Amino acid sequence: MVSFLIRRVFYAIIMLILVSFISFLIINLPAGDFMDQKIAELEARGDKSAVARVEDYRVRYGLDKPMLTQYWIWISNFVRGDFGLSFQFERPVKELIGQRLTLSILLSLTTLTITWLIAIPLGVYSAVNQYSIGDQVITTIAFIGIGLPGFLLALLVLYVAIVILNQDVVGLFSREFQDAPWSLAKIWDLLKHLWVPALIGAVTGTAGTIRIMRGNLLDTLGQPFIEAARARGLKSRRVIWKHAVRMAITPLVIILGTEAFPGILAGNILVEVVLGLPTIGPLYINALTTQDMFMAGTVLVLIVFLLLVGNLITDLVLAWIDPRVRLE
Amino acid sequence: MSEITDDVLVSIRNLRIRFDVRDGIVNAVDGANFTIRRGKTLGVIGESGCGKSMTAKAIMNMVPKPGVMTGEVTLYKRHVENGSQVVEEIRIDQLDKDGEEIRNIRGGVITMIFQEPMSSLTPVFTAGLHIMEAVKLHRFLPIESIGDTMTRNIQKKREVSPEEAREIAIDMLQKVGLPNAAQRVDSYPHQLSGGQRQRVMIAIALSTHPELLIADEPTTALDVSIEAQILDLMRELQETVDMAILFITHNMGVIAEMADEMVVMYMGKEVEEGSVVDIFENPKHPYTRLLLASIPEIGEKKRELATIKGMTPSPFNLPTGCVFHPRCPDFMPGKCDVVKPLLATVAKNQNARCLMYDPCWPNTAEAQAVKAKA
Repeated sequence: MVSFLIRRVFYAIIMLILVSFISFLIINLPAGDFMDQKIAELEARGDKSAVARVEDYRVRYGLDKPMLTQYWIWISNFVRGDFGLSFQFERPVKELIGQRLTLSILLSLTTLTITWLIAIPLGVYSAVNQYSIGDQVITTIAFIGIGLPGFLLALLVLYVAIVILNQDVVGLFSREFQDAPWSLAKIWDLLKHLWVPALIGAVTGTAGTIRIMRGNLLDTLGQPFIEAARARGLKSRRVIWKHAVRMAITPLVIILGTEAFPGILAGNILVEVVLGLPTIGPLYINALTTQDMFMAGTVLVLIVFLLLVGNLITDLVLAWIDPRVRLE
Repeated sequence: MSEITDDVLVSIRNLRIRFDVRDGIVNAVDGANFTIRRGKTLGVIGESGCGKSMTAKAIMNMVPKPGVMTGEVTLYKRHVENGSQVVEEIRIDQLDKDGEEIRNIRGGVITMIFQEPMSSLTPVFTAGLHIMEAVKLHRFLPIESIGDTMTRNIQKKREVSPEEAREIAIDMLQKVGLPNAAQRVDSYPHQLSGGQRQRVMIAIALSTHPELLIADEPTTALDVSIEAQILDLMRELQETVDMAILFITHNMGVIAEMADEMVVMYMGKEVEEGSVVDIFENPKHPYTRLLLASIPEIGEKKRELATIKGMTPSPFNLPTGCVFHPRCPDFMPGKCDVVKPLLATVAKNQNARCLMYDPCWPNTAEAQAVKAKA
């Protein structure tokens, strides 16, 4: 077990190095850099001294050096916990991400909890009562949920909330709490805003999860050990929850590890952009479009890091819930 | 309730199980009648799809959706009341499928072992947990210590504790011949071989002291040497506990080895029933004869293996008259394809569903019509 863990961590580190390098390359692929945009912007404003100042910036950020050197400087600082400076905000990437990380985690956890709380019981109901009216209704709603893009739903919610109900649903805080220090009132205000994106994320996430749960459970319910459990005189509900759901939940655990973990940073970026949330998603999109490469690279590496951590945790959880995958 | 007078444990009367499916109606069981006697082994034999397994499920009231069961399945449950044994008649077919009464019978009075030992144990639970699950539901221990009166012992019972359940599990695994039972109790199904898993299934089934064990092709998925071991084990265990066995198989050899009485089924009906000795020595129904003739014999050379011509008919399009007539070597035109035969007594304690033996046949309306035509 310990050697398994060490091996997995070792592979994860190699993977992270590769990913960081390749993402750095890709972010640098488009012609020019952030400074070219900056120059164009400043010149358009008629700022003649801009060109000279920009060269200072280039030297300061190391943009005049060859790319491999740039990468080396960035990655060696990265390991020490210094993720570089954001060009756009002229502040450390770490600080910018740190500000938004809590909200991102909070949002994704809320979304995930709502999703599972809705999806698992509905999926179980759907499978146990296959082809019943309830199952048909759930299936129809699930397909609409799968087909409906989250950002569209977000726009619809915005329209209904702002134009019809005259409610403020944009962002995660009301204006008066935006820069206020944390207090009970601010947390309450956050919760009042949080449920909108969480619910939108849950609607789209629930749909797929219901279908997966239903399909797996149907497969499991057809297995001989279910009939055998029933023949031992167990209550139907106990057979379903103790024997069938226990077996059918494995794929959901895999999804949890491989989608939910990276989803903390890049779960529902489009929804977050539409609703203007102060989370990492919009920051990441913005960094990519403006070639704010340390910012973009850092988020990308963190996403992959979370994916790898998620995978490792998934493997451990699977070994815990299913003795067949345990290493002897 | 009545005083115990006879040895009938389960009686099945006119059992029909119907499935309304997209392509039509299938009668998986089409009027089966038979009786399971206490302490005896009844063998049920037939081709795939003849309704053997479905009959077994009907006895447990576990007919899967969308199956509809009609007819009577009666359990004569024995228990002690005020010091004397009484027999309670329970109509299993009328019980609520997930109700308390049937759940006490399932796994308690009637237990079952299955064809697929590989997948009949939940993969994430240990062998012991399966046994403990059954024991906790169905085994009760007397509260009073030994030495108290019999009646009080019987009346005051409590559930077994987890430690006792574990002890029972180990004890049962020992009884079914699993080596290192004390360690094996914590083995997961994938750590056991097919034969060992079937032993565990038998241990689960016997751990609750059932009155009837339904064995639905318990050795079909095992190789012959393991099959012999499992059959020996079942026979040995049956001798030590007073338990009836309903043994479902498609193997005549296994019936001969295990059963006292047998029922031959074809397309949801029993075509012949009687004692195993009588039927093997003197099979009456043409189908039984053909089944016996198609067993290869050791030492026999240059004989083409006998087969039954044709295939089982489509359940959606059953032949008229006797369902076996298109495949029957003794087919009587104008008779077998018109009249549905009834079960007729052909010898002492031996019945066959064939017009050759049907005493009423000449008097039925159909018979008159056939005669008039001829």
